[in-house]
Amino acid sequence: MADQLALTVNGESRRIAAGASIADLVVSLELDPKKVAVEHNGEIAPRSTLAAVMLADGDVLEIVHFVGGG
Amino acid sequence: MTATPADTWTVAGRTFTSRLIVGTGKYKDFRQNAAAVAASGAEIVTVAVRRVNISDPKAPMLSDFIDPKVITYLPNTAGCFTADEAIRTLRLAREAGGWDLVKLEVLGEARTLYPDMRETLKACEVLAREGFAPMVYCVDDPIAAKQLEEAGAVAIMPLGAPIGSGLGIQNRVTVRLIVEGANVPVLVDAGVGTASDAAVAMELGCDGVLMNTAIAEAKDPVRMALAMKLAVEGGRHAYLSGRMATRKYADPSSPLAGLI
Repeated sequence: MADQLALTVNGESRRIAAGASIADLVVSLELDPKKVAVEHNGEIAPRSTLAAVMLADGDVLEIVHFVGGG
Repeated sequence: MTATPADTWTVAGRTFTSRLIVGTGKYKDFRQNAAAVAASGAEIVTVAVRRVNISDPKAPMLSDFIDPKVITYLPNTAGCFTADEAIRTLRLAREAGGWDLVKLEVLGEARTLYPDMRETLKACEVLAREGFAPMVYCVDDPIAAKQLEEAGAVAIMPLGAPIGSGLGIQNRVTVRLIVEGANVPVLVDAGVGTASDAAVAMELGCDGVLMNTAIAEAKDPVRMALAMKLAVEGGRHAYLSGRMATRKYADPSSPLAGLI
């Protein structure tokens, strides 16, 4: 198993240590898990499960929040 | 004026006093935006769902200035041109915010930002099935409005004029027909340019008005927000009071008898 996982986060390449969960990724990006929503490989990752879902090499994530809009 | 119960309106089981919904886009900064929201008296603001800037995670956020516990955030699907994009956006919005009252808009083309009603109806059906309460931006067409209601829309939101145009309500007849036929709240969404436009929407019997650019692009947005609040209230009172009939010619207000 590789030490590092290659991820695509919001369209950018990112690396994280193997064994990390989605919650670990969110925290490592200095984001507040309570203020964002995460899509993991095209599926919503419910907030209650973020700590339980392990990341895999090649995973694609979208992390979104609310911004000003009409 | 006789004493009446508070003039509230209810959408999807939630009751509000303010009939003005304001957007949170195009402001100079969050501080001005928050001041405008306060001046407008709005209890609901629309918000967009976008990628977090992962290169600058500590950038100020909307929720630092407008508290979602105090003001209801209505997530929109601005920028979505297909039903699938809109559904995906609102699923994420529900996860981010934890609530199911949303604004659905599926756009047909960039030049007019006119709604694509085929995709809008499709998305509305799916969202209603998934437990969302979609308030739906739509064409000012009474038949489309009925179809949306059948598809599970909790509010019908016809455009007064193209988004961001400030042209005012172009078709009062169709807006009135939508109001007369609807069993859910009707709000004019888009096209309002100035206070009188908001008053017209309310005088037609709409339950509310949604606007963004008319306030954000005014030279003094906070003052315009207040103007819109007063216009919506004025238009509502005018509608409820039952306006006079129009006449083709003059009718003097002073008595003709006793003239010297």
